[in-house]
Amino acid sequence: MQTPAAFEYERATSVEGAIASLQRLGSEARIIAGGHSLLPMMKLRLANPEHLIDINDLTELSYIREEGDEVLIGALTRHVDLLKSEVLALHFPLFRDAENVIADPVVRNRGTIGGSLCQADAAEDLSSVCSAVKAKAVIRGADGERVVAMEDFHIGPYVTAVGDAELLTEIRLPLRPGGGSAHEKVERRAGDWAIAAASAAVWIVGGTIADVGIALSAVGPTTIHLSRAEELLRGKAPSDELFAQAGEIASTDCSPSADGRGPIDYKRHLAGVLTKRALLRAAARALPQEA
Amino acid sequence: MLVSISVNGEQVSREIEPRQLLVHFIRETPGLTGTHWGCDTSNCGACVVQMDGAPVKSCTILAAMCEGHEIRTVESLEVDGLLDPIQMGFHETHALQCGFCTPGMLMTTRALLDENPNPTDHEIRTAISGAICRCTGYKNIVSAVRWAAEYEASAKQEV
Repeated sequence: MQTPAAFEYERATSVEGAIASLQRLGSEARIIAGGHSLLPMMKLRLANPEHLIDINDLTELSYIREEGDEVLIGALTRHVDLLKSEVLALHFPLFRDAENVIADPVVRNRGTIGGSLCQADAAEDLSSVCSAVKAKAVIRGADGERVVAMEDFHIGPYVTAVGDAELLTEIRLPLRPGGGSAHEKVERRAGDWAIAAASAAVWIVGGTIADVGIALSAVGPTTIHLSRAEELLRGKAPSDELFAQAGEIASTDCSPSADGRGPIDYKRHLAGVLTKRALLRAAARALPQEA
Repeated sequence: MLVSISVNGEQVSREIEPRQLLVHFIRETPGLTGTHWGCDTSNCGACVVQMDGAPVKSCTILAAMCEGHEIRTVESLEVDGLLDPIQMGFHETHALQCGFCTPGMLMTTRALLDENPNPTDHEIRTAISGAICRCTGYKNIVSAVRWAAEYEASAKQEV
């Protein structure tokens, strides 16, 4: 029987209250939302928090809305709501691509975007999704808010920029003209973690790639930002050949390890193929807006 | 800590450790052992119950997190000896052999039909993709959900 080690539990009734509790309890306290990453880790003693602060009642952190030139997602927004969101499907279709293959529908009823990003598992899909679309994370502490770009959010495996007495409250997705995006994942069976996954977003203006974001899941110790491939694509016209080159860079710049999901050369190959596919679909989704 | 949860419409209160999982709370306190405790890792789906109408895996939710929410278990499906159409469908199409996965399958597919009364085979398969059956294969389970969907559609017409 798998049961977490003993801990103290409290329910937050406000964001400020949750932060005050984190501050009071120190590094042995953890926020729990959906619990579908944290509880399994606690059962295996990979995480042993002494206090859990349940934020499920903070429904003010559950929303997806367009505001000005951004789409805002509350940290407590569940996977099922990301999957069904028409706002995201319109502006950032890679969310629906990813949510269709994140765990299973029952798990998606509980898991949250904030939990996924804060778990910072290298194989987690939303981290690469948010990296590709150049999302920003809003982190709140007792002294106020700070906004962190995704490349500075993930510091290492299971480590994020969120401090002990801080709470991730919102994800901001900047809206720019000519955008298209896609997420491609290969998994062993329905609901499994990725063998490899690639997220891509392109912004095509006047027939050329004004900007691009590419990130990989499951093929390194953390989410991998393919900055070298992004540099290659910027300012060029989208083409199969160009995206194939980006795929080659992905194969080179990832650093997978061999495990039950496959050997290193297979994963490198897959990272390349999926990067190219994601870019092709992202561009195909961007171009109709251009015309 | 004292936790009070609505299980099948009845308020169940008990002093528990905060680490108690919902699946154990349900099985031990009101003794509703219809909810099965399977893989313990949110993979198999045998422990699925409904929380405010949505199917959830009760092995990966703390009982303490459920206070103030409505939990429904497989025991709530049958009313006064009358089976729920989804249970009738499983019976009619032989959608179980050992029955271990059945409670989770029933609660998952009941929620599917509540949201989508006429699902395609693909939608049914997607809905149960987080539930594992090691006996029947999934074909008869998909047939059972179709059977229940059609039964409910024709029952509605008669009214």
